[in-house]
Amino acid sequence: MAKKVAFLQGNEAAAQGALYAGCKFFAGYPITPSTEVAEVMSVELPKIGGKFIQMEDEIGAMAALLGGALGGAKALTSTSGPGLSLKQELIGYGCIAEIPCVIINVMRGGPSTGMPTGPSQSDIMSAKWGTHGDHPAICLVPASVQELFEETVRAFNLAEKYRTPVMVMPDEIVGHMRERVVFPEPGELEVIDRAAPTVEPAQYKPYDTSFGDVPPLAAFGSGYKFHVTGLNKLPDGFPTTKAEYVQAEEERQVRKVEGNADDIMKWEEYKCDDAEIIIVAFGSTSRSARFAVDQAREQGIKAGLFRLITFWPFPEKRILELSKKVKAFITPEMNLGMATGVVKAAVEGNAPVLGIFRVDGEPINPGQILDKMKEVK
Amino acid sequence: MSRYELRFSGAGGQGLITAGIIMAKAASIYEGKEAVQSQSYGPEARGGASKSEVIISEGPIDYPKVTKCDALLAMTQEACNKYSDDLKEGGILLYDTDLVSKLPEGNYKRVGFNIINTAKNEVGREIVANIVALGAMVALTGQISKENAEKAVLSSVPEAFLELNKKAFNMGYEKALAAQK
Repeated sequence: MAKKVAFLQGNEAAAQGALYAGCKFFAGYPITPSTEVAEVMSVELPKIGGKFIQMEDEIGAMAALLGGALGGAKALTSTSGPGLSLKQELIGYGCIAEIPCVIINVMRGGPSTGMPTGPSQSDIMSAKWGTHGDHPAICLVPASVQELFEETVRAFNLAEKYRTPVMVMPDEIVGHMRERVVFPEPGELEVIDRAAPTVEPAQYKPYDTSFGDVPPLAAFGSGYKFHVTGLNKLPDGFPTTKAEYVQAEEERQVRKVEGNADDIMKWEEYKCDDAEIIIVAFGSTSRSARFAVDQAREQGIKAGLFRLITFWPFPEKRILELSKKVKAFITPEMNLGMATGVVKAAVEGNAPVLGIFRVDGEPINPGQILDKMKEVK
Repeated sequence: MSRYELRFSGAGGQGLITAGIIMAKAASIYEGKEAVQSQSYGPEARGGASKSEVIISEGPIDYPKVTKCDALLAMTQEACNKYSDDLKEGGILLYDTDLVSKLPEGNYKRVGFNIINTAKNEVGREIVANIVALGAMVALTGQISKENAEKAVLSSVPEAFLELNKKAFNMGYEKALAAQK
């Protein structure tokens, strides 16, 4: 039988991806340019016995998200820059209490209310450092409608596997553009569910590391009782300031992600094998870059594209390897140099990193990237 | 390269984003080509210039926006002024003759008719002006068959308005062919 196809908006595809992954709970507060994710979830969740709740604001939405996830559901929220800022305190809570959930943040111009309908890529540092303290960060940056579907499924898998909040960050162009989506059949894409406890309720400890770096998580209401707090905690979930626990726990929480970076990182190298100039780009900007690479090749310029699909953890080792054989990197991005700084740190001075920055609400076009390539000596 | 770039522009509320979506859906789902639709608009829902862009290609599409516009629809003078800069030499400009009086300089094909008044007086509802314009763009650009475009229109509008939209689409299609002679 032919697969189901549809002509969908990115945000609609993200919602469909969440449903494919088994999402049963959505809590949110509408905000341009992400509202369509909430709209689709509000229509679809009640049909499958799920719950949709619109909260009083983004803070309440994030709190409800954590509650829904602790209740055992795969949980989703969607937002954009100003909403992401409001959610940050509770994202940190999700990190330390190790609550799996997915946040789709469709990037618009900022800071503050900025430019609600304009595209941007300026939340990628918020994805890592928006909430205070050391914590794990996973951020996925899809570039097409199909990929937004698939990466949302993967975001749920990573959240469940590593018991941590995961962000999916399409820019407004990817969130709002429409393309054909071929729906995978059930079972075609991997769907991961969180590990459930194997011990009796009386023996259960929510942060028992004898089960490894990712302890099993019981669902509230399933007979397992445990304490959840934003304070540093003991294996049973109650607060502690004991140095040996705090140090080890913080390190473990970060190690869950950094130590499994090879499983989480995803990127695409396009014509990089013999490239003298490599464009490092993500989201809609990577589509401009690919167009520019093809144009450059026609003109005899050996250009390639390194397209980030996972932004955090960042593939610094691979960038360092590539830096030893290229003349320069070019980093086009719809912000004032966020990824450029990360690439610069990764190349350790081996090659110049030339940024192209745009925050006027217009996409970076292929011509701008091609012009920058011609500056490389 | 087979890349063909269209832009539907006018005032917010005229339904041009919808027209672009249907064009792209026709190409992608019914014609078997690749298509991407994107849009930009101000925070105001109505009034102000709005545009919807569609790229159609035989192969995968990377850059989702217009680089050199093959076919531009302008439903207001403001949109015509704002969005005609990158019209390709030999490209097509379709415009509403009641609303656009000043056309940009350049070597391109100009096709105009009273799009909104056609919807209002001949089809019977002003609200389907976007579908009249879509029919005209399908006729002028030749990127998708009339049959596939009509299928996309009928699968995108409420059931109670199938006949109205079908009439609007066909009238736009025929009027554009007549106007370009």
